[in-house]
Amino acid sequence: MKKLQILKKGFLDVMPLTIPVIPFGIIYGVIAIEIGLSPIVAFCMSFIIFAGSSQIAFAQLFSAGASPLVMISSVAVINSRHFLYGAVLSQYLNKLNYFWKILLGYLMTDQAFSVSLSYFKKNYKKKNAHFHMLGSGFTLWFLWQLSTLAGIILGNIVPEQLGLTFAIPLTFLSLIISELRKKDHLIVIAVSGLASLALYDFPFKIYIIVSAFLALGVSYILISKFKKF
Amino acid sequence: MIWFWVLIAGVVTFLTRYSMITFINPKTLSKTSKEVLKYVPSAVFPAIIFPAIFLDQEGYFLNSNSPQIWGFLIAAIFGYFFNNIILTIVSGLVSFWIFTFLF
Repeated sequence: MKKLQILKKGFLDVMPLTIPVIPFGIIYGVIAIEIGLSPIVAFCMSFIIFAGSSQIAFAQLFSAGASPLVMISSVAVINSRHFLYGAVLSQYLNKLNYFWKILLGYLMTDQAFSVSLSYFKKNYKKKNAHFHMLGSGFTLWFLWQLSTLAGIILGNIVPEQLGLTFAIPLTFLSLIISELRKKDHLIVIAVSGLASLALYDFPFKIYIIVSAFLALGVSYILISKFKKF
Repeated sequence: MIWFWVLIAGVVTFLTRYSMITFINPKTLSKTSKEVLKYVPSAVFPAIIFPAIFLDQEGYFLNSNSPQIWGFLIAAIFGYFFNNIILTIVSGLVSFWIFTFLF
């Protein structure tokens, strides 16, 4: 397949997942202005940091007068799940040159990781498979810039009754929907989900990465008990 | 001063994304680690999903007749049977709107 076709496939694959990205970007823009960030700082954060929940946490901690150490470490913890994504993607992106690794690293998001990973699994032999992640990653990046800008300039233009923030967990659900049929994955999903509910009150949103590691620990036990190499 | 910390936060975020892509050599990964890595989406995403569905902003459990719990269950059922991303999202949103209207 030609590069442009693969790029377009990435764009199309990520499209349904962008439904909540737009209201989320608008909400970030509105919050950032409300808590007193200057519009230019609020907007630049979207491409310097480019990570929704980290940006909101950073802005809130800053306005609350938190120490920089707290701000930076909470951004690090919230983003620590990317380490896991990178470890998974390294199996497909390792041979690329530094330009591509830096570009695709910068564009890595939950959604781009998920849709491009499924593409890579099926097409790992194709020479230009990485163009898929350029397509999915850039689409998300572009919509994030646009929607945060809309939130900063226009204020909240999305009616709350639409419940579009509810679409965030729905898109994440849609990303693991095909795993619901596999018993081993179902156990891992249950461990992660229940752990996150139990650990939710801990500071810095640490529940995400701790639950993920607990669930991966369980997956390790499942593998060593039931899968033979 | 905020610019400085925004930049640091940007660098830190970038490093969480970039470091593993570049520092892990897939050839040195053991078979078991590769197998464990296959579970990453199933291990990370539920930790984002569950609190967003079952807890309110203060971290308390939502009432069991709240529209988002029902919308979530219906999305999960549709997703399970049709295995389709768009249908999962749309069925969940639409049933959320219906339940909001009904309750």
